[in-house]
Amino acid sequence: MTLPLIQFVDIKKNFGANQVLKGVNLSIYKGDIMVVIGKSGTGKSVLLKHIIGLVHQDSGQLLIDGKPLHTLPKKERLFFKRELSYMFQENALFDFLNVFENIALPLTETSRDTRSIIEEKVTTRMVQLGLGPIGKKFPSQLSGGMRKRVALARALVTDPKVVLFDEPTTGLDPVRKKKVHTMIKEYQEQFGFTAVIVSHDIPQIFDLAQHIALLDEGKIIFEGTKDDILHSRSDTVNAFIRGDEQLCPTDT
Amino acid sequence: MKYIEKLGGATLGGVESIGRIVLFFISGVTRIFVRPFQADKIIDHTWFIGVKSLFVIILTGTFTGMVLGLQGYYSLVKFGSEAALGSAVSLTIIRELGPVLSAIMITARAGSAMAAEIGVMRISEQIDALKTMQIDPIRFLFSPRIMAALISFPLLTAIFDVVGIFGGYLTGSLLLGTNPAIYMDKVIQSVKMVDIAGGFLKSFVFAIVVTTICCYRGYYTHLSTGGGYGAKGVSMATTNSVVQSCVFILIVDYIITYFLV
Repeated sequence: MTLPLIQFVDIKKNFGANQVLKGVNLSIYKGDIMVVIGKSGTGKSVLLKHIIGLVHQDSGQLLIDGKPLHTLPKKERLFFKRELSYMFQENALFDFLNVFENIALPLTETSRDTRSIIEEKVTTRMVQLGLGPIGKKFPSQLSGGMRKRVALARALVTDPKVVLFDEPTTGLDPVRKKKVHTMIKEYQEQFGFTAVIVSHDIPQIFDLAQHIALLDEGKIIFEGTKDDILHSRSDTVNAFIRGDEQLCPTDT
Repeated sequence: MKYIEKLGGATLGGVESIGRIVLFFISGVTRIFVRPFQADKIIDHTWFIGVKSLFVIILTGTFTGMVLGLQGYYSLVKFGSEAALGSAVSLTIIRELGPVLSAIMITARAGSAMAAEIGVMRISEQIDALKTMQIDPIRFLFSPRIMAALISFPLLTAIFDVVGIFGGYLTGSLLLGTNPAIYMDKVIQSVKMVDIAGGFLKSFVFAIVVTTICCYRGYYTHLSTGGGYGAKGVSMATTNSVVQSCVFILIVDYIITYFLV
């Protein structure tokens, strides 16, 4: 049986008195598109940040190819992290760098590529994402959709093996949302990376997902395919995907 | 009992904060020498801290010298010692006012901008983004700035000193009639290399104090008490960085002066 590339084993995380993750178990396989859905504030982004190392669990284990991440030798841990890429909800583009420099940053700072190779890689990604003539513009001069594409180009410029998307379509209109989804699907097929996507775009995101996990009250309460979730008999799952306020109350 | 608890908590918080700032400083300085060297960033920040502060330094230096010339003349003339104006103005500026006022002016202009810029980067997840790209944020944000400050502060202090002495000359000699040759002669006679070196030593230390405090406050915006993780947090961090830098400039100035005199 294939080992999951990334596996959460009973991961718990507290922020002060607030327990956000209450024992998460989740398996993400190589080349898969895993979509994590759930109510706002249930810890979906926290879950992603565990993978990239921005947040560390209080208990439980994060396994990479079956080995606990924290027990990996430093070199292997660094190697794994170099293969990851993260696309932030608010893009996190650098205001003081232009579009070209933003996309090139991971290469200029961490790779030994020559200037001409970096230029070639960045230009290729910009062309692929339709960002041709805006290389010299600054993020503040771009529309929301353009900024998303720049962030996506930056996330993909290092040819990562795993890409983590934190609500990649927040603030976009339905047409642009669809475009971003198509873009992720196309690039995933083209480059074969493993994708973990946190999203609220239900049901559109189901077309993209190979696996779906529902995080509720700090635990994964459902894990399966699009068909599984659409035919689920769980009231909570059905209430959530239908947006039923009575059965799936929110805090506000 | 509650008061003791509060006092204990505040003391522990203070010690923790001092520890964090010292580690922040050591991390930043050691990473200056990590290859590849960030020459382009150091040049950019030297331009921002140094060249862009030039106007305000020249302006404050000139007026400080002019005021010293004015005050010094009317004080010295009472004892018939107005000939000593050159010595009084030059030594006061080179030993004390040059380094201190330059550092305060740079804090107001560049230090506040550093804290605000890094603070905004913190709250908009740009610092987290650096980490996800395996870019060391302290090396990327702090190391070039501290190197640029170590270059800029002494140079700006030197400029302040020169224009300040010239300002004293303007009021003392051109306006109030002290002999210009005597003024300049007294400046040359009284200023020794040890005075200039002492002033430069202060400016180096102030560069470290100001850059470390301002970058630290911005970097840890999210930890600032009462500020939180938003625009208010950045505003608190910026205000705190300026106030604390100015206070520490004066405290450190006293300590260095105590050992120099």
